[in-house]
Amino acid sequence: MSEHEQFADDLALYALGSLTGDERTVLEKHLEECSACRRELDQLRGDMALMALSAGGAKPPARVRQRLLNAVAREPRRPSVPVRRPGWSPVPWLAAAALALLAGWFWRQSDQLSQRVAQLENQSAEQQAQLQQAREVVATLTATDALVVPVAAPNTPPQPQGKAIYVRDKARLIFVASNMPVLPPLKAYELWLIPVQGAPIPAGVFKPDAHGSAIVVHPPLPAGTEAKAFAITVEPEAGSAAPTTPIVMMGAGE
Amino acid sequence: MSSAESKGGAADISLVLAIRSGDENAMAKLYDRYSSIVYSVALRVLGDAGAAEDVLQEVFMQLWRNPGVFDSSRGNLAAWLAVISRNRAIDAIRKRRPESDIADVTVSVEPDLAGDAERTRAMEKVRGALEGMPSAQRSALEMAYFEGLTHTEIAAKTGEPLGTIKTRIRTGLLALRKVFSA
Repeated sequence: MSEHEQFADDLALYALGSLTGDERTVLEKHLEECSACRRELDQLRGDMALMALSAGGAKPPARVRQRLLNAVAREPRRPSVPVRRPGWSPVPWLAAAALALLAGWFWRQSDQLSQRVAQLENQSAEQQAQLQQAREVVATLTATDALVVPVAAPNTPPQPQGKAIYVRDKARLIFVASNMPVLPPLKAYELWLIPVQGAPIPAGVFKPDAHGSAIVVHPPLPAGTEAKAFAITVEPEAGSAAPTTPIVMMGAGE
Repeated sequence: MSSAESKGGAADISLVLAIRSGDENAMAKLYDRYSSIVYSVALRVLGDAGAAEDVLQEVFMQLWRNPGVFDSSRGNLAAWLAVISRNRAIDAIRKRRPESDIADVTVSVEPDLAGDAERTRAMEKVRGALEGMPSAQRSALEMAYFEGLTHTEIAAKTGEPLGTIKTRIRTGLLALRKVFSA
């Protein structure tokens, strides 16, 4: 937290709901980019929950229970929907895509589980743990302060490398690259899906960061296209409809 | 996560899943488990039993209408309910509209608050921590937490510098956390 010390007091005030105006705006902007401060905010809310305990253990009158249960009985059950969470993701498109997938997956699981709650209690807890684990994976992948370290055999110069993960039926593609060479000005890398039949299909334009790393998540692709290979060319920044330069990297599916 | 927390968390997850499927008995169980923590914080803030009952009703009905607002991977249910109840009560005394979507509230807390015994132990620790604080710090924290006063209002009321009040509030909250991390 030391590098964020200037926000430390404001975070507590924000958790309590008493930060306003510019201070609030500045802090919210910082929270969008800083996972450490987001974690600290969650913990400060935990401290607030502890503070609530000091209020004592007063019990509401018995009629309050009946009033609530009457209100519950009066209100027809609405199908609950996953709540939109305006996330504070450092890479919003990646986090949003990943969390949407996770939320969808978990929702379906939860819906089925609700039929046999008692029997499946343990499984449910396990799924929560899996979801938590998946969230942590996404948080790590998308953290702005993450240290990215390629690991290779000693004495081998770093090689450009990419990995495409493709689900044909859902037209989902995630591509991760590392050690990509620096591009000439006004150029970008373009990823191509090489179908079994027909011309290469554009699958995203990307520029690597200062470390040569890049991620492409879910470029628009026609559903059900069988991929023979994935390839990369150097194209104008806006991308091309068909490759205009020789392939610089390519990999075929197994 | 302690094993006790896992156990309490699993019971909470089971309750929320049952509520999600429309099980009214699960709401009764939830009420029996957590009405005290929700009510007592609202009562302390509002100082009026009727108004505290209204907050309690509102908090539980929100969960009934849309159980998806609570995501158990983002905190334990007792802690979440306590924070939501405090915030709603403060909104009520300050006569302001609810400031934030409750779905955005993630609460990360160390002790398991799902069982009565755990809550009682935690309550004793918190009271001990508050009693051990310098009175000016405890007072600043309580004004911010239970009265919903802003740091500016507290500084004006006490005549202390704004920066001092800000720091007292934060270090006060951290002192509560510390008694559970030892």
